[in-house]
Amino acid sequence: MYSAIVFLPLLGFLIAGLLGRKIGDRASEIVTTTFLFISCALSWITFIRVGLNGGSFSAPVLANWMTSGALQVDWALRVDTLTAVMLVVVTTVSALVHLYSVGYMHEDPSRSRFFAFLSLFTFAMLMLVTADNLAQMFFGWEGVGLASYLLIGFWYEKPSANAAAIKAFVVNRIGDFGFALGIFLVFMLTKSISFDTIFAAAPGLANKTVHVFGGDWDAMTLACLLLFMGAMGKSAQFLLHTWLPDAMEGPTPVSALIHAATMVTAGVFMVARLSPLFEQSETALAVVTVVGATTAFFAATVGLVQNDIKRVIAYSTCSQLGYMFVGLGVGGYSLGIFHLFTHAFFKALLFLGAGSVIHAMHHEQDMRHMGGLWKKIPLTFATMTVGTLALTGFPLTAGYFSKDAIIEAAYAAGLHSQAGFYGYVLTVVAAGLTSFYSWRLVFMTFFGKARWEEVDHSSAAAMAAVHAHDHESPAEEVAADEAHGDGHGHHALDPHESPNTMMIPLYVLSLGALFAGLIFKGAFIGEGLTEFWRGSLYFGADNHIMHEMEEIPRLAGLLPTLMMVFGFVVSFWFYIVSPRTPVRLAERFPGLYQFLLNKWYFDELYDAMFVQPAFKLGRLFWKGGDGAIIDRLGPDGIAARVQDGAGWMARLQTGYIYNYAFAMLIGLAAIITYFLVPWVR
Amino acid sequence: MFGFGLLSWLTFLPLVGAALILAVPGDSKAGKNNIRWIALWTTLVVFALSLYAWSQFVPGVADFQFVEQKSWFGSGLAYKMGVDGVSFPFVVLTAFLMPLCIAASWAPIQNRVKEYMIAFLVLETLMIGVFTALDLVLFYLFFEGGLIPMFLIIGVWGGKRRIYASFKFFLYTLAGSLLMLIAILAMYAQTHTTDITALLHARFDPGLQKYLWLAFFASFAVKMPMWPVHTWLPDAHVEAPTAGSVILAGILLKMGGYGFIRFSLPMFPDASHYFAPLVFALSIIAIVYTSLVALVQEDMKKLIAYSSVAHMGFVTMGLFAMNQQAVQGAVFQMVSHGLVSGALFLCVGVVYDRLHTREIAAYGGIVARMPVYATVFMIFTMANVGLPGTSGFIGEFLSLIGTFRANSWVAFFATTGVILSAAYALYLYWRVVFGKLEKPSLSSLQDLNPREWAVLVPLVLLTIYYGVHPGPILDACSGSVAALIGDYNSALALTKTAALTLP
Repeated sequence: MYSAIVFLPLLGFLIAGLLGRKIGDRASEIVTTTFLFISCALSWITFIRVGLNGGSFSAPVLANWMTSGALQVDWALRVDTLTAVMLVVVTTVSALVHLYSVGYMHEDPSRSRFFAFLSLFTFAMLMLVTADNLAQMFFGWEGVGLASYLLIGFWYEKPSANAAAIKAFVVNRIGDFGFALGIFLVFMLTKSISFDTIFAAAPGLANKTVHVFGGDWDAMTLACLLLFMGAMGKSAQFLLHTWLPDAMEGPTPVSALIHAATMVTAGVFMVARLSPLFEQSETALAVVTVVGATTAFFAATVGLVQNDIKRVIAYSTCSQLGYMFVGLGVGGYSLGIFHLFTHAFFKALLFLGAGSVIHAMHHEQDMRHMGGLWKKIPLTFATMTVGTLALTGFPLTAGYFSKDAIIEAAYAAGLHSQAGFYGYVLTVVAAGLTSFYSWRLVFMTFFGKARWEEVDHSSAAAMAAVHAHDHESPAEEVAADEAHGDGHGHHALDPHESPNTMMIPLYVLSLGALFAGLIFKGAFIGEGLTEFWRGSLYFGADNHIMHEMEEIPRLAGLLPTLMMVFGFVVSFWFYIVSPRTPVRLAERFPGLYQFLLNKWYFDELYDAMFVQPAFKLGRLFWKGGDGAIIDRLGPDGIAARVQDGAGWMARLQTGYIYNYAFAMLIGLAAIITYFLVPWVR
Repeated sequence: MFGFGLLSWLTFLPLVGAALILAVPGDSKAGKNNIRWIALWTTLVVFALSLYAWSQFVPGVADFQFVEQKSWFGSGLAYKMGVDGVSFPFVVLTAFLMPLCIAASWAPIQNRVKEYMIAFLVLETLMIGVFTALDLVLFYLFFEGGLIPMFLIIGVWGGKRRIYASFKFFLYTLAGSLLMLIAILAMYAQTHTTDITALLHARFDPGLQKYLWLAFFASFAVKMPMWPVHTWLPDAHVEAPTAGSVILAGILLKMGGYGFIRFSLPMFPDASHYFAPLVFALSIIAIVYTSLVALVQEDMKKLIAYSSVAHMGFVTMGLFAMNQQAVQGAVFQMVSHGLVSGALFLCVGVVYDRLHTREIAAYGGIVARMPVYATVFMIFTMANVGLPGTSGFIGEFLSLIGTFRANSWVAFFATTGVILSAAYALYLYWRVVFGKLEKPSLSSLQDLNPREWAVLVPLVLLTIYYGVHPGPILDACSGSVAALIGDYNSALALTKTAALTLP
């Protein structure tokens, strides 16, 4: 059964990818979507059996991958509670996104390619979560990276999409650089990269030092930090986050599946999976907390001022991933995974809802051109509101249980660690910001004046030019518009509700966003915790965070909810009651506004620090190193000297082949002489 | 059969084909076709024979197999052949790539078809000979002889600057090979044998080892090529016809690495140990430096050539790290690179045949006209950047994981190659395949024809097969590599004790 869960998407990919043009787009859609739903059903069965009913864990080996000396790597499908949770998340969202895409991509000429890539992604993600060793995890890790690259660049005619795709892949590779070094170090320490072996060895390595990189390091700290670098790349954490907002160039279902619900949470999964290692290093966990909290805060501030509906949600994702890492970092591994679980529902819901809005608006993504849509698309509006409630942590929705639990745990940890305190402060602030930008999105999109009526959609270029002063690249907008415009024509805009294939996933996800927290709280983070996880997450003997968080003061626990209300009120004031206020505020503090709008200038900074120097160095090495030094002093120089100098060599150069043969002949003659003439010896 | 062993057949069968071609008149259209078919069939038979040999080959054993020996002229010199787990994969790789090369030259080569095919068949003999020779002089003959047909191929059927390219090639390799010849003479003077199996156990004086090592290094480093003697490679690749590039990248570059495993490391262990930091330094420079250079290339073939230098950096690094994972990884990397870079050059050849330019700027958006080609090119691009699931990953991963144990800084810098390779490979792919198809010259492009399918599909399958199941190659060389490392370490230990017991 496990094999079926993992390999059905692969089969779907092969069928749609190889035979897509023979069997047609419709058949490709049906095959891949059906396979995904089967896979999803089997995943839920697995989840109930292994997770809820206490079925046994297993890791059947499928085949050997590579063996070299002590290094032995197998293809295996490890299924324990942690994997079962991930299976459910991945296959459910993926199946719904497949279904949704049938409607959303309806007008795209290369749908079979799209569905093939979606299935390929799902396969790679499933390989990642079922990995039984670091190498297979790395396989899935890079595999989802490839699928992400292909899907971000799906509209390959757009330069911005190509740039975003490459950026995503390369930035992820920077993280993978750390991940790979982490794997190497773990192998050096334990002579293995299989989970069971390294988990067993981890306690013995606590507080041991290892001599690498010219110094003595705490073995577990260094290993965990290197591995965490991979997680930072994949989960778009602070400093390695720049690719995620750009990844919104991909079709919206892709954003929902890959860049919200599943792939970006791989980093969270990785830390949870490796909890036996992280549990051995306080330092590493503190770093995880600090990075997570910083990301949660940073991304939320950027999200405040973005105007592209998808980018707001993208920064929100980035921020929520930060929350998950705070949960992990304070030792509450199940908190991080629980938030991952609930977040998958409401974030996928928000993205797909945004997709429905974009679909209704004929591929308009700028919220400044929306407004008043709730009358036109009431069902989308309702589901988006559900998603927003869950995201902001409205009582009894999914986010309320998972996000607030993380903040509470951070408070508890903050009582005896600075990192925990830092995490608490920033996540509380971020909770307020989250509420503000989430409601801002709803208000700008669905309420107020219908701004799409006044703008004639056919004058996209003029419109872009008008808004150029807002630091939106006009060229980008035009290109986006052209690429999306296929088959639409530029008829008068009349927002319409999306077809059923798109709406059903929204309903299902709404149910998840409303009730997933309530239903599963007990098992994931409540009293059923130990029986549920049964060692698939490792809590050290001194780790009492799950109890401590129950005993924090009432006010500290209430604070996030208060922040949520505060954010809502401010947002309501800014965008419904007094719409001039935010504009005036932006004019009052132009520096801060630009700083946030330009995402703290990270892209510009990285471009100046890394991208430009790399190209400059490349040119320098090529023209200067290879050309001016090596060639001039080497072959060209010798040739020149020879030609200047004696004529005899020039005569030999009449035929290069002859020359060479001549040299060989001399060599041969030397050998033969050597053997035949005794006195030479 | 006829007094020849299996390896002799494998080695010299291509010459039989060449002789047949010599007898066929090759001026008419039909004659040219006959020549092509003879060449193809010859290489296919050789390939089939190599597969048969593989079925007889016992993997995981350190000893030489299929050994045959005949006395040659003089004392000590002998005609001796044999393969072990390190050399045999290259024999099969050569036999596998040759039919693809012949097929890839089918339409593009129209003048002097007869000479071209003869050159390729002679080249095949010499290349297989390099990997099967168990006598030092015999090895030298094959090793250096292989350059003559390669010269012809670049010089006669090459591009505009072919004279410059072959000239550069000549200067570099001549310097190296003369030094190696002197070293061979010195070795004979010491041991009075040129039998490689005997030399493997000869212990040279550590002082002399250094000179011998340097002399061999001069030759192998040029062949690899290692930085800073790599500049001949981009020029040679750019000017060579497609099939020439495939052989150059696929087989000729592997001779350097093979030489290190066969000669430098086992015969001069003390010197190898002594010079390992030098090799590490050059390898890191090769990886980082040439990756950056690849990033700014404007010529597709040059870009791939520079990326080859970077990938060979992983090989030299892994070899001198001298532990099981690193050396096996290096051997695997060589085989994998033979498949992947060969395939990449074939991919370039496909579009070159259509547009007759290698300028990256001349392309863009060809996925719209050539979706199948785009897919195949993507697979090899991903293999080139070492994506897990392709053969490129296994070699990089194993050589790095082993090197990390030997020297973490080296592995650290080499791993940055993982980032850079993604950057230059995807950047190339974007400029060539993606984007909007706007150039009028591209509007009538045709997708892969059946012949190109037949050439590329086997490579795709093998690249992925070895990516998920590298066992056949890793198992084949595990025994030989383990023995190599064992002997190496005991030799080092012996030198150490000898140094300690000195008064």
